[in-house]
Amino acid sequence: MNLTLLMYLIPSLIMFGCGVYGFITRKNMIAIMISLELMLNSVDINFVVFNRYLFPGQMDGMFFTLFAIAIAAAETALALAIVINVYRAAKNVDIEQIRKLKF
Amino acid sequence: MPLSYTIAVIAIPLFMFLFLGLAGVKMSRKLTGVLGVIAMAVTTIIAYGVALTYFFGTGQDQVGADGVRQAVTVFNPAWLSFTDTMVVRMGILLDPIAAMMLIVVCTVSFMVHLYSLGYMSDHDGNAEQGFQRYYAYLALFTFSMLGLVVATNLFQIFVFFEMVGVSSYLLIGFYYSSPAANHASKKAFIVTRLADLFFLLGIMILSYYTQTFDFSQLVFGANGANDMAVAQSAIASAGGATFLGCSVMAWALTFIFIGGAGKSAMYPLHIWLPDAMEGPTPVSALIHAATMVVAGVFLVARLFPLYVLEQGAMEIICVVGAFTAFYAAAIACVQSDIKRALAFSTISQIAFMMTSLAVSSSNSAMIEIHGGTGLGYMASMFHLFTHAMFKALLFLCAGAIIHAVHSNENDKMHGLHKFMPITSIAFLIGCLAIAGIPPFAGFWSKDEILVAAYHKGFFWGLWMSMVAGMTAFHMFRIYFLIFFWKKHEIHTHHAPKDQPWTMTLPLIILATISIVAGFVPAHDLVTWNGKALETQLDWTVAGSSVLIALIGIALAYKLYYKENDLPERMKNGALGLWTAAYHRFYMDELYQFITHKVIFQGICVPIAWFDRHIIDGFFNMLASATGSASFAIRRLQSGSIQGYVYVYLLGVLLLAAVTMLCVLI
Amino acid sequence: MESVGNIILYFVIAISIIVFSVLTVTTRQILRSATYLLFVLFATALLYFQMDYEFLGAVQIAVYAGGIVVLFVFSILLTHKPGDDTPALTSHRRWLGITAAVASLALCAYAVFSFDAFGGRLMAAMPELTIDKIGHFLLSTDKLGYLLPFEAVSVLLLACIIGGVVIARKR
Repeated sequence: MNLTLLMYLIPSLIMFGCGVYGFITRKNMIAIMISLELMLNSVDINFVVFNRYLFPGQMDGMFFTLFAIAIAAAETALALAIVINVYRAAKNVDIEQIRKLKF
Repeated sequence: MPLSYTIAVIAIPLFMFLFLGLAGVKMSRKLTGVLGVIAMAVTTIIAYGVALTYFFGTGQDQVGADGVRQAVTVFNPAWLSFTDTMVVRMGILLDPIAAMMLIVVCTVSFMVHLYSLGYMSDHDGNAEQGFQRYYAYLALFTFSMLGLVVATNLFQIFVFFEMVGVSSYLLIGFYYSSPAANHASKKAFIVTRLADLFFLLGIMILSYYTQTFDFSQLVFGANGANDMAVAQSAIASAGGATFLGCSVMAWALTFIFIGGAGKSAMYPLHIWLPDAMEGPTPVSALIHAATMVVAGVFLVARLFPLYVLEQGAMEIICVVGAFTAFYAAAIACVQSDIKRALAFSTISQIAFMMTSLAVSSSNSAMIEIHGGTGLGYMASMFHLFTHAMFKALLFLCAGAIIHAVHSNENDKMHGLHKFMPITSIAFLIGCLAIAGIPPFAGFWSKDEILVAAYHKGFFWGLWMSMVAGMTAFHMFRIYFLIFFWKKHEIHTHHAPKDQPWTMTLPLIILATISIVAGFVPAHDLVTWNGKALETQLDWTVAGSSVLIALIGIALAYKLYYKENDLPERMKNGALGLWTAAYHRFYMDELYQFITHKVIFQGICVPIAWFDRHIIDGFFNMLASATGSASFAIRRLQSGSIQGYVYVYLLGVLLLAAVTMLCVLI
Repeated sequence: MESVGNIILYFVIAISIIVFSVLTVTTRQILRSATYLLFVLFATALLYFQMDYEFLGAVQIAVYAGGIVVLFVFSILLTHKPGDDTPALTSHRRWLGITAAVASLALCAYAVFSFDAFGGRLMAAMPELTIDKIGHFLLSTDKLGYLLPFEAVSVLLLACIIGGVVIARKR
């Protein structure tokens, strides 16, 4: 049995699907962000896997993942700051309750 | 340039306008008035210096070797360049009529400035509200009028035409809280604007063919005076182009005349002038009697050689002028408002000047035949000069009377002779001058006009003589009604009396000028080609005109000196005619009918309907459609981020699917 | 033919990724959700190690598992009382989520499986990736250098620090 490229893509794919599902169904803003992290992570895996299998001599995919991790960290910190701020204002992190962004 | 100080004549009023207009509110009212008078006095002195230097100076600049008085262009910088040849300049041109107008405008303006010190105050000598504004406007008007008379080109004349129109508008509407004054100022502005539209058209046509605005290229010859040959080539530049059977030049000149007719209140554009009497009386004296209203005459005189060559346009001027003279004189005979009566008299006299210009060239050879001169041109300009003086005098007298009795109506006056002797005598001098009794000023100028009219034809002479008789009649009618007729009933708590010296002094000065102005050697100084003109009194004409004037005066004396029922009986005998004349032959009603019923109802209302319902309606429909569409879809903006993400995701998937399909296929 | 150890490792990774991902988005306790996310991240780090990207795996553990998840836990503790469970999902919501997930999965799966040209590739040998090599690439301006993105990310991080401070501080 060989470990092909496809075999590594399948867990990543399922991880992405879980992220989508979580993003849409969850009401808690932090949970939504967790789902977001799942999606990001699955993309990271894809970068690495493609780099490793198709262009073993280069490092572009790895560096992309490296930067993506850095950016994800920054984005998460910022988003969580917003969430905490929203919590202070609304005493709540339920996205259903925070719907001021409408007509 | 020896006459370069002429610029001060223009610059001082402009400066005073800005200064009084901007800083006036910070000063006391009296101070602004005094400053305005002093500045105007300085301007007048300089203007006299300019004019006298021009007329009597011996320098080669003014009179050439051939005895021709030359036009002097003091300076003439370019202002706007349309093309290489068509350049609008702003400059100062001195020629006989411009120099004469400098005197007229400055004299009358100075008198009015001085007079207004008294007139625009109450009986305790306190200046009334808006005094500073009033003097600022007067300065603006003086500036514009002086700029007009020294204009070097048609475009400059047009610009200053508009500016005198604006200052006239502002001054008529000076008492802006009175609806009548507002209406009158609007009417004056609209009517003269309409006329100015034609003026602009005329300028466009003329400059399109001649490729110039400058008088120096349109009418002035090499010797610096009006030159037929130059005018001939200007006319010829149209190359015989015609429009509706008339040459385009005739059209252009007629249009320019219409512009002048608007300002000069020629029939049928005269309707604004009687209403303009709503303004303060000194303003009427300055603008609506002496200076601005003769701008049209001045304009025609400016382009005189061109008009001589376009007899069609000249005939129109002649007919319009002669008719207006009669029409206005007839109306003046029955008006009960003293200022309106004087206004119609003014219209009639300006029409005299127009006619005089027109008859001086009944054919282009006429100028040459009659001693190689244009007698009518000279007479017209001379009459313009004398008329400005005595009509300003009459208006200022009327102002003094109105100031004393607080009413414009004849029946509030009556028998004022005992109370206001100086005013009465001054008014009498004015009336004698306008009636043409020797040796007063009006006799000399009017006599020459009549001579010129008889040169054109017996009919024209007779017609103008008749109008002259009517003038004498209606002026003396006013005079007798105001100062005699019956004992004065004192309506107000104090008896009328002669006004303070600021108002009386101008009357005396102007009365003196009215007596002596006839002896000014106008025929030496103000001629169309700059050459001195030999005239001698034609006693048949002079005698008959004096006789007619005397008949008119006698008639007025008989009817109006002592209270009697003859006027009433005459009125009832021809009630229809009287009423028609009293209502100015219903011209205002006719205009009202045409503008409101025909133009507004017939044209404007359908257009407005079209605009409101079709054009606006279309755009309103677009707007309301967009509005209702957005209202319908606004529920999609639910505020649920997950909903947005869901839709977004579906969109992305759809795009990806489409892309993949394209790649695979 | 791969070594048995590698295959076993792969299955451990794949199964833990799948299972913990599903658990992350289905558990009703938010703290547990964060914990499962940590496991997923660990499994991913393991995957990177298997791919011979040791540095990346270390970063994944240090930044993601050590930094982000801790942030998550902190903010969960700040905003939730213990026993504060998420209410059960309405079926409407669940179906919405499932359709979206399945649709995206289906599309991606179709894409992955249809481009089978590289699907069966095997892992090739890779020159050893030492830390000093990565460092050189990261800070070089050569053709394959990554100095510019490196600097850009550092500026971004600075902006995020400032933004985080501004947003979260008490007024």
